[in-house]
Amino acid sequence: MSLKVKNLKVYYQTLRGDVKALDGATFTIEDGEIMGLAGESGCGKSTLSNSLILLKPPMRFVEGRVELDNEELPIWDMEKMNHFRFKKISTIPQYAMNAMNPIRKIGKMVSEILKSKKVDYKSTLPELKRRLDLVELSHDVLNMYPIELSGGMKQRMVMVLSTLMNPSLLMADEITSALDVSTQKAVAKMLVEFRNRELVKKLMVITHDISILYQIADSIMIMYAGKLAEKAPTSVIINSPRHPYTKLLISSLPDIGVKYSQRKLTGIPGKPPLLLDPPTGCRFRERCPVAFQKCLNEEPPFMEIKKGHFIACWKEFEKNA
Amino acid sequence: MTKPKKRINEILYFALKNKRLRVGLIVVLFFLILAFVGPLLTHYQWDAYVGPAYHPPSYEYWFGTTTFGQDVFTQFILGLKASFLVGIIGGGIGTLIGVLVGFTAGYHGGMIDEFLNMLTNIVIVIPTLAILLIISVYLKVRGVLIESIFIGFTAWPWAARAIRAQTFSLRSRDFVDLARISGIKPLKIMFTEIAPNMMSYLLMTFILQFGGAILIAATLDFIGLGPTNAISLGLMMNLAVLWGALPLGMWWWFVPPGAAIAAIVGALYLTNVGLDEVFNPKLRKL
Amino acid sequence: MKQYFTRKLFIYLLTFFIAVTIDWLIPRFMPGNPVQVLLARASLHAEAAKEMYSYYTKAFGLDLPLWKQYLNFWIAIFHGDLGTSILLFPQPVIKIIIRAVPYDIFLLLPSILLSWFAGNKFGAFAARTKWLDNTVLPIGYILTATPYMWLAILLGWVLAMVFPIFPLAYASSPAMKLSFSWIFIGDYLWHWILPFSSLFLVMFGGWAIGMRNMIIYELEADYSHYLEALGAPRKLVRRYAFRNAILPQVTGLALQLGIIMAGALVTEVVFSYPGIGYLILGAIQNQDFFLIQGCFLFIIIEVLIANFLIDVLYIIIDPRIRIGMGGKSA
Ligand SMILES: Nc1ncnc2c1ncn2[C@@H]1O[C@H](COP(=O)(O)OP(=O)(O)O)[C@@H](O)[C@H]1O
Ligand code: SF4
Ligand SMILES: [Mg+2]
Repeated sequence: MSLKVKNLKVYYQTLRGDVKALDGATFTIEDGEIMGLAGESGCGKSTLSNSLILLKPPMRFVEGRVELDNEELPIWDMEKMNHFRFKKISTIPQYAMNAMNPIRKIGKMVSEILKSKKVDYKSTLPELKRRLDLVELSHDVLNMYPIELSGGMKQRMVMVLSTLMNPSLLMADEITSALDVSTQKAVAKMLVEFRNRELVKKLMVITHDISILYQIADSIMIMYAGKLAEKAPTSVIINSPRHPYTKLLISSLPDIGVKYSQRKLTGIPGKPPLLLDPPTGCRFRERCPVAFQKCLNEEPPFMEIKKGHFIACWKEFEKNA
Repeated sequence: MTKPKKRINEILYFALKNKRLRVGLIVVLFFLILAFVGPLLTHYQWDAYVGPAYHPPSYEYWFGTTTFGQDVFTQFILGLKASFLVGIIGGGIGTLIGVLVGFTAGYHGGMIDEFLNMLTNIVIVIPTLAILLIISVYLKVRGVLIESIFIGFTAWPWAARAIRAQTFSLRSRDFVDLARISGIKPLKIMFTEIAPNMMSYLLMTFILQFGGAILIAATLDFIGLGPTNAISLGLMMNLAVLWGALPLGMWWWFVPPGAAIAAIVGALYLTNVGLDEVFNPKLRKL
Repeated sequence: MKQYFTRKLFIYLLTFFIAVTIDWLIPRFMPGNPVQVLLARASLHAEAAKEMYSYYTKAFGLDLPLWKQYLNFWIAIFHGDLGTSILLFPQPVIKIIIRAVPYDIFLLLPSILLSWFAGNKFGAFAARTKWLDNTVLPIGYILTATPYMWLAILLGWVLAMVFPIFPLAYASSPAMKLSFSWIFIGDYLWHWILPFSSLFLVMFGGWAIGMRNMIIYELEADYSHYLEALGAPRKLVRRYAFRNAILPQVTGLALQLGIIMAGALVTEVVFSYPGIGYLILGAIQNQDFFLIQGCFLFIIIEVLIANFLIDVLYIIIDPRIRIGMGGKSA
């Protein structure tokens, strides 16, 4: 089973027009897969993950189809999606540090959420405690208020809560960026552990720090300015990337996979285009070292050039042809 | 970071689009213009006995006359002007003190914060009206200016609180740290780094202080502790109640001053909500 | 929490000390000697006046050195001795005040509490309900911008003069004797309703708007979005937002007390309602400094007690203070 996203377009409505933050995404995540999603800040990573679970104004669903385990997700319908949220699809949001109600004891909050989803708290409690053990949190946290927890603890608590119903798909948005290096590693390892124990079937891990993905992801997808640029197994992306943008990204990382890299994905000259009124043709063309005539007028499609390796680049298509 | 010019354009754009802001500003401007153009429309003194007593509104006396035959419209216009003066001066002083106290407390933290916080709390708890009362009784001759200053000096605490909290959150941002590390003086940091980032907030604080000062002045004037040498909207209501406008049914005497205050202050509050929506993208609705 | 309390208690004590000192200054700072004012009212022979003057100066303790006067004042306060009224000579100030205080309490307590609850409920309800937000909330803005006395005057004019349903003045019919009979209570309530309503309405508008603005922020807070992402029903999201938004409203209640007191004062003036506010006005007009002093002292005590109760309430509803971390922000 799998997550299948087809030509998904989600825009932000603003008074000055639509911000085309996600402009046609097509990809698949298979069961057991941890897919990393990387790209410069503002390229639409959060838009993609949010739109799959909580698509609300100013976001606007434009077109596309999302299938989770052979069932269509009505992502444009806030109410209908409640049926899938938490149980089938879940998220560890970018703001996990502030995700819990500050004036409720954590255990009480969990029980209230479960109750509102018609799940019995008492019978879930043993499993909840096992999960706390798994992320190395004391059971006492259930009797505490969020401010009594450290940042890393809060994050792990949200992790436990978000995955409590064994969702088929879990999305984790920049969950490591606010943490120190050792905590980052621990959190990343826990995500893998969750997958290995099949507590979640598939994961989408968002980051702008590729070195984290190198350690945990099975595949990596690169986004640029609201578009997908490349998707391939991790080793392929790291060792033999094809898209010019990916190449630049990888080469701008100093010692990949060795240490936490302080360098964010900004080592490439130039700036991404504004998404309010994106240029025609390839959105990367202004910064692309190998751009040519065709890139100016026509948008490169996101195509599979080898089994499991997708790119959107005219130059590479020509080479392949 | 977007360029400042662009940001200003964007803010203007949203400001013009915002209905609450437009309505609020139009109402305030209407009364402001009335207050300053109005004196040209009347040739009476506010306390002169110029016509028949108990006269309802008519062509000659637009808002009617008082129990003694004074022209209510003249009183109204001059009172309006006094209200705006109190609002600007009192609200301005209140904001200024609030900003200084709040900035200093929020920026320095520690003992200074502790002390200023205590001061703020004390001024909040001591019923300011009681102090104004005493001072007003003590000063036999009082003008609008004195009244405004008193109001400003007692109305600052909540502004100080709000600004202290804002400064606290701004203080820990990168650009402030950078300035601090490079050895720039605190006062300079306040005005060059922190204040510009709080401009919208300061503006909104001033607007609220403005409205609050008008209301406090009306209260003072109503119990006869306002200016002794001038008419004001609060004093009009005081005189109306004192000289039997209620039992005599002289609505034209007491309705306009209160209605004007409610309209002006209400419009100021509305402007504030509008501004909040303009400055805070999260609150913008389409 | 203990630290939070100690700190608060210290501030209250200090405030009380400062306020009482200011209070002490009133008759001494005022233009004109209070004893002379008193004697001028009695219009005695010059001879007799002189004698009376020295008698009262002694009686009021005005011939002592200042520090002794100050000390005596504190001692007198703790004995409940606030001097003698000039306006209602020779009644002791404390007696006059104690007679007035119940009227204040029965007027202020219900109007503050009811308007706070109703305003918060209503504001939360109106937030993000488009038609309510656009139609009913402007009324809230106008109400909170309305001067207390003006609404009182309007209500008095419409409901007591144009349609004479309620009485325009006093807390009970003049012929009625204070008693615990149903007739008296009915009469009392009948007089109570207009001043209560005007206080209630103005405050209601303020609370409703405050809550509406707060809850809109809370509904956009991270924890609200997380709840939504977990598919929690709207009801739970709103309940959490409301619980968080109510905290600043509690603090707001403490901040507003001074203004509310002033509002009560002018409302009492409009309806000739015999509470402390009405008393203060009479005292000012008659330069009854000892009565002003006493009233001021009582207002301070009332406000301090109310503040203290609000602090206790805050500790109950905000766990962050209880576990000893958020003490500073409150
Ligand atoms: N509420 C919003 N209104 C308008 N534009 C938005 C909004 N949120 C995000 N955007 C725009 O959408 C684009 C993608 O944002 P996002 O998905 O948050 O990027 P990322 O998570 O990759 O950093 C950005 O260009 C951003 O400016
Ligand atoms: S399509 Fe053209 S501009 Fe875009 S990445 Fe490929 S070569 Fe560069
Ligand atoms: Mg993001």
